[in-house]
Amino acid sequence: MYPAYSVIFFTTASGAGYALMVLLSLLAVLGVLPAERWFGFTGFLIGLIAVTAGLLSSTYHLGRPERAWRAFSQWRSSWLSREGILAVATFVPAGLTALGWVFFEQIWWLPALLLVALAITTICATAMIYASLKTVRRWRNGWTLPGYLTMAFASGVLWLCLLCAVFEIRGEPLLWLALISIFAASLVKLGYWRFVDTETGNATAGSATGLGRFGKVKLFAAPHTEENYLLKEMGFKIARKHALKLRRIALLLGFAAPVLAILIAALMPQATLFLFILAVLANAVGTLTERWLFFAEARHVVTLFYGADVA
Amino acid sequence: MTSLPTEPATRRLGLVIDLDICVGCHACAVNCKEWNAGGHMAPLTDFDAFGEKPSGVWFNRIHTFEAGEGADGRTVHFPKSCLHCETPDCVTVCPTGASYKRAADGIVLINEDMCIGCKLCSWACPYGAREYDEDVGVMKKCTLCVDRIYNETLDEVERVPACVSTCPVGARHFGDLGDPESSVSQLVAEREGYDLMPEMGYRPTNKYLPPRPRRNGSTSCGSKSAPTEPVVDAATLTNHPFLRWVDRLLTR
Repeated sequence: MYPAYSVIFFTTASGAGYALMVLLSLLAVLGVLPAERWFGFTGFLIGLIAVTAGLLSSTYHLGRPERAWRAFSQWRSSWLSREGILAVATFVPAGLTALGWVFFEQIWWLPALLLVALAITTICATAMIYASLKTVRRWRNGWTLPGYLTMAFASGVLWLCLLCAVFEIRGEPLLWLALISIFAASLVKLGYWRFVDTETGNATAGSATGLGRFGKVKLFAAPHTEENYLLKEMGFKIARKHALKLRRIALLLGFAAPVLAILIAALMPQATLFLFILAVLANAVGTLTERWLFFAEARHVVTLFYGADVA
Repeated sequence: MTSLPTEPATRRLGLVIDLDICVGCHACAVNCKEWNAGGHMAPLTDFDAFGEKPSGVWFNRIHTFEAGEGADGRTVHFPKSCLHCETPDCVTVCPTGASYKRAADGIVLINEDMCIGCKLCSWACPYGAREYDEDVGVMKKCTLCVDRIYNETLDEVERVPACVSTCPVGARHFGDLGDPESSVSQLVAEREGYDLMPEMGYRPTNKYLPPRPRRNGSTSCGSKSAPTEPVVDAATLTNHPFLRWVDRLLTR
């Protein structure tokens, strides 16, 4: 599948933003984080900017962005529509929680917990857009949803670590949470890659054409000499050796580097701020690489009509 | 509304494509383009139509496959357009309600005025039936010539999809596949017409008729001793040092 940059940016930025706001609200309700005005202001500002920028960027790949409001109508059947509604609805408790935190230095637990529920559901809805497509085996499996969730939380928790370092809020539990989130995300991604390397869908060139009854089916002549929309969008391929290299980059920058930064920061507290900035940046590059691969490595069954044996 | 009709249509209009007779002339695709470039989903934008890299929207594409190997192999021309599935995910994933399946006759259509061009429907279609029009910014697809088949200004004989009307060998049939008595349903029953990618579970309406067995009853088309394998295969090519050098030179 063609890795569209607007969608890659949208899913990674909004995922991290939602996870940041979830962690802020949840840890504040639990009393781990203080209801300090500027801390809350900065946290929600970053979270809301990431989410809003992501949502806006996702409209860039639309052919008719001016009609985007219509996407709120089909929640009965469409995960994309559900995601749109949930994303917009999440702004309400996010705004209320931020209001209480910044202006009254209070944690209003009802909107805060509503924010936690809605933001997590929104991340799940984003993942379900992909996980519900029967045509892409590498998306329609049990790894996609946990992948989106754990990657979002790994990024979000690192942002929160940096934020706490800036505001000199001591948070050992937070560091443990970061290590656990990153560990979970790396386990899920390793599992996902293992899955896509071994599993293929049921459909074959033989079943797509129904000609499998005669033996092996090969494309003899394509319908057109140049690329068409289908091949540009669904026929995007990445060489396996490049994919393996990029997987290593995603693992190293997304997970290994932040873990290393956290461990060094524990030994050299004076360098914490600098190390956490590096951790956030490395994780962002790693996550973007992972998301790019999520699209680039996905294979669509329509390619069976264009010479692929399996998809 | 992109939920599927709750009462499945009893009329299920669709195509039956005979792979035994199709000669791969692309006339159906050309006439489809000609009619639809001025029809319900018009325009079907082309870019660089007379240049080096032409691309554009087509509702009907003709692939050619080789099925089986060696003497048993056969060349099969394979026209493919929207199959107007009974349970099409292209409709249910649509966030705007632009995609819909008609309750009356099962035709799957797009309301261009509501489409936001998110392309998700084309991702959900296993058959590559939907093509995005970059110029207009909306998705386009086969309408089963909805503007022909009910068009009373046309002679009755012309009230069939453009691809069917133009096929010079009669490889395309149009009719009601929901009616077991219809000529297309009978044809499907008689020739064991089949679904493409049944494992996807989309339950396509269009059916394909398989190539008939060879006349002599065997699957082979000639004398069994005649080798038809290529003289130089890839393995020889890469083993021979000179040919390998030529190959390197040519691929430079």
